[in-house]
Parts: sequence; C-alpha cells; structure tokens
Amino acid sequence: MSELFDLPSDLQHSYFGLVMLHLREALLPVLFGLLVALPLAQLCVRLRWLYPPVLWVTTVLYAIPSLAFFVILIDYTGLSELTVMIPLAIYSLVVLVPAIVDGVRSVPQETLAAATAMGFGPVRRYVQVQLPIAAPAIIAGLRVASVSSVSLVSVGMLIGNQGALGNLLNSGMIYNQPRLIWLSVVGTAVLAVLVDAALIGVRILLTPWMPRGARKNTRTLAKAAAR
Amino acid sequence: MIRIDSVTKRYPDGTVAVDRLSLDIPDRSITVLVGPSGCGKTTTLRMINRMVEPSEGTITLDGVDIMKQPVNTLRRSMGYVIQNAGLFQHRTIVDNIATVPRMLGWGKDKARARARELMERVGLDAALAKRYPYQLSGGQQQRVGVARALAADPPVLLMDEPFSAVDPIVRKGLQDELLWIQAELGKTIVFVTHDIDEAVKLGTMVAVMRTGGHLAQFAPPAELLTDPADAFVEDFLGADRGIRRLSFFPSVGLELLTAPIIAVDATAEQIAARDTTDAPYLLVTDLDGKPLGWAEPGELTAGEIRQDQLLSYGRPFIAGTDSLRAALDCAVLSPTGWAVAVDGEGRAAGVVSQQTIGEAIRGAHAERRADGEAGTKADGKTEKAAR
Ligand SMILES: Nc1ncnc2c1ncn2[C@@H]1O[C@H](COP(=O)(O)OP(=O)(O)OP(=O)(O)O)[C@@H](O)[C@H]1O
Ligand SMILES: [Mg+2]
Repeated sequence: MSELFDLPSDLQHSYFGLVMLHLREALLPVLFGLLVALPLAQLCVRLRWLYPPVLWVTTVLYAIPSLAFFVILIDYTGLSELTVMIPLAIYSLVVLVPAIVDGVRSVPQETLAAATAMGFGPVRRYVQVQLPIAAPAIIAGLRVASVSSVSLVSVGMLIGNQGALGNLLNSGMIYNQPRLIWLSVVGTAVLAVLVDAALIGVRILLTPWMPRGARKNTRTLAKAAAR
Repeated sequence: MIRIDSVTKRYPDGTVAVDRLSLDIPDRSITVLVGPSGCGKTTTLRMINRMVEPSEGTITLDGVDIMKQPVNTLRRSMGYVIQNAGLFQHRTIVDNIATVPRMLGWGKDKARARARELMERVGLDAALAKRYPYQLSGGQQQRVGVARALAADPPVLLMDEPFSAVDPIVRKGLQDELLWIQAELGKTIVFVTHDIDEAVKLGTMVAVMRTGGHLAQFAPPAELLTDPADAFVEDFLGADRGIRRLSFFPSVGLELLTAPIIAVDATAEQIAARDTTDAPYLLVTDLDGKPLGWAEPGELTAGEIRQDQLLSYGRPFIAGTDSLRAALDCAVLSPTGWAVAVDGEGRAAGVVSQQTIGEAIRGAHAERRADGEAGTKADGKTEKAAR
C-alpha cells in the first residue's frame, strides 16, 4: 500500500508533503487576494464609477497567461513559490471583487437606513452590518477562487518544481510512470473537493441566520460573479 | 419640543422635496405627517435625525439646533422605525433589540435583559428571543422594530410608515399597541403615513402635506374633519369624513331607555306592564342581564320565550365609552333600528333609537359650533380620551 504513494527522491517531498505544499501555494494567494479585494470592493461600492474600470482591469489580468507572469516575475522573485503565488493572487481578484461588491450591494436599503438611524458610523456599519450580511456571497466567491487556484498551482512545475502536486506530472512523464500522473490528477481533484466542502462548512457555521431557500440563491450569485 | 422652522430641502438633482415647512411638534404626543406619495414626508422625518440635511432653515430639539449636536449622539436619542422593520437579518431578535444599548456601552447581559423586557412590552413571546428575523411573521418583525427603537429609552420616536406592509388586522393591533405604549411611556412620536384613517386614529396633531413639500393643514384630527382648510385637504380626507368625525363625539350624553328591557324569565304581568309607547320592540336579556335579542311585545308569552325566535340585536356599543359613531353603527346594523348599549361587563344598559342618536349628533354639532365661535378650538387630547 505504501508503495502506491512512494515518490522519486528528486521531488524532495513525501506525497503528504506535496499535498500540504499544494494547499499552501493554492490558498495563501486566495487569502491575500481577499485582503486586497475587501477594501477594493468597498471603494467600488462607495464610488460607483470605479467599479467598471476595476472589473475591466481584473478581467484583463486574468486573461494574461501564468507563463507570461512567470517570465516577468523570475527576474524579481526567482524560481520560488512566490513567483507561482503572485499570479494566483491576481487571478483570484476576478472572482472575489464582484462577489464582495454584489454581496455588499445586496444588503437591503432598509437595513442600511436602520443602521444609520441607530447611529452607526460608516466603518462600524461596514464591519458590523454590510460584511456579515455579504458573508454568504463572499464565501461563494471564495469557493470558486479556491477551487480554481488549487487546479492552477500545477503550472508551477514549469519553473522548476514549484507546482507541488503538479510536479508529479513531470516526473510521471520522465520516469514513464502513469501511477505518478494519477496521483497528481486524483490528488488535485480530491483536494479541490475538500477545500470546497470546508468552505461550505464555514459558511454554514457563519450564517445560522439564513433561510434555507436563500442558500441556493447565493450560489447562483457566485456563479454569476465567476463569469 | 421639536421645532421645524421654515425648512427647505432641495436634492442635488434640483427636486424640492420640502418647501419652507414650519411645524411645532409637541412633546409627549403623536404628530402624524400625512399626504400623497412623494410629498416629502420621509424627507421631513429624516431631517429630524439628520439622515437628510436641510438646505435652508433650522430644526431645533428643546431649543438646541440639531446641526450643532454630534450626529450619532443625536440619532441614538431618537428611535427610528421603518416599513418592513429593516431588522439586522444576521442577528437574533434579542440582539437586534439590544443594538443601541450595546453601542451606548451597556454590558451584554444588561442589554439582553432590557431587550427581553421590551419584547414583553410590545407583545412578543419570549420564545422568539433566540430566533432570526426570517423566522418571524411581518407583524412580529414590525414589533421587533418598535422594540429596537425603544431599547435605549429615547425621548423621541420617528416612524416612517411602520405598519403599511402588514395586513389590516395586524395593523390595527399594532396601532392599538402604539397608542398604549405612548400613553404608558409618553414619548414624542413623529409618525409618517399616507393613510388618513391611520392619521386620524393615531394623531394628537395631524400635518397634511401636499406634493411639493407644502404644509396644507396642521390641526388635531377632529378639527381636520370638521374644518378642512381647503379643497385638497377635504378631498384627501375622503367622502365619509362626516361619519368618521362622529368618532370624536362621545356617547356619554345619549339618552338610553331601560323600559323596553325584559328578562327571559319575565311573568305575564311583567310583559303586559311594559310601556310600549316609546319602543315598538322589547329587548330580551338572559338572567345575568346580557342581551339575547329583540321581540315584539305581542309575540311574547311568559315562560315560553324561545331564543331562536328572537330578532338579532346586531352588535352592542359600550355606553359612555364608545363614540356616537359606534352607537350609530349599532343602530344601523340592528334589524329593529335600535342600538343596544351595554356596560363594561356586557350587561344591557339601555336601548336607543336611530332617531335619538340623530338628535344627539345634531346636538353635538351645535355644541362644537358654539365652542368654535367662543374661540376655544376643540382640544385634540381630551377628545381622543373619549374614544
Ligand atoms: N435622494 C433623493 N434625490 C433626489 N430626489 C429625491 C431623493 N429622495 C427623495 N426625492 C424626491 O423628493 C420628493 C419627496 O420624497 P419623499 O421620499 O420625502 O416622499 P414621501 O412623502 O415620503 O413619499 P412616499 O409616501 O412615497 O414614501 C419626491 O419627489 C422624491 O422623488
Ligand atoms: Mg416615504
């Protein structure tokens, strides 16, 4: 059984080690993307005119192939994990910004008026009212961004074994071992499903206040945002 | 007192929502702003807590210009209730209600205890405390909205069409509750509605506004119904203002006849002894004195009075407490044309004919007119108590 997961030594990792590396390389960029997207989205909500150009820029950035990013970044960050993670963080914006903007905008006018009338300042209102109510939409965006990030990490193999589970694809071809390729593909897919499930769990924990019917709506909202 | 002094609101797009409006809103009473859609009611209300800033004019609260007070302190001293309640969907009912106390720095337990106390006051079951807004009916959510506005015990309540999204029966319950809360807590309430009946029912003073943000009339409801300032107000009051005005006339002075009342166990002599010159019918009561129905004197046989042969008496009114409108309604509903008055316990207190009620109405009108000429305009507060 353990032979199934044995890896060639030039990969410098056990299978489990690669899985953890893959998770880190996929999720850190999403987390970072979220930190950038939150204030950016808030700006877009406040200044309506800013939203279309921001959307346009994130879409254009998303259209740039990761290889092109690598070529530019290698001069600065070398053949490191960082070179893989920066483009992934940038890609996540194309999903996260619209997800947050739509989520924050979906907060009913009455709720906002009530908050203002109760003496909520703009910051308190954003943190205590708008963000929590936008949480389902934000998490739906995070799910799409995380899953796509998990699948995108593999391209890191192009810059010298920075693709985590993706590196197995290369090894599989070199050593002519289909087993390694299966380990890579199935491993990545299982990881994507688990990450998605974990985020659904977080959503359920964070939003006991959602009526059952409405849960489906946020998913369609996220799909719309992902497009 | 809230004093609105020639206030104008011009929105950036040039719309004049409120035009040189002046209003003195008395303390510890309900002032209703009423008028057609778009006439500037919401704008006026929101200028009081500075959610909208006036373009011209001043608003003072107890003599202090509201623009000179810290905005969030001002807002926390005024409860605000809106249509559909605007509850925080991500917070439980207790936490919704406890919002302002928490912001004012109360401890969690104290704020929640206060919230539970208010739930009881507005008629919400304590079992709802841990629920989320989506698990409540529209009427219950509206009650939570009122409780939330009252939580920090603000002296002022601003209410913007708070009850217009619930069905008529629930609305009536909420209105009665509000009158009761007002009597109990003595808040200064500014209430916006487009429903003139609601305005007349709730208002101590009613400000009728017309499109363009002009004040058409500011008067107690009875005066509004008696003396509409112009055709617009008259039109807005609707066709049956004469009947509705009767709500303000107490039935206290109404002369009730007790002679036509007879108990179900009456003897033949008692029946024969009834004087039927004034009333063509006799009202039969049960042994407790509660009305059962009408009968013609000739048809009654002692010991054999059968309830199913009696004529229905419609609906009784409470003597002294109900208005002339209620009395007239009872007389109109009764197949005999006679209204039945009962006491607080539901025992027959007397009967009265449409004719007598009609005379009482003419008398009340004449009295009002005399009062008006003597310069003592009818006082809204005392009349409201009579209803
Ligand atoms: N933010 C705004 N910008 C421009 N015009 C506005 C704004 N808010 C309201 N108005 C306009 O001001 C006028 C008064 O609006 P307001 O909301 O005060 O009316 P209202 O009496 O409350 O009406 P309703 O009964 O429909 O609620 C309307 O003509 C409206 O279109
Ligand atoms: Mg309005």
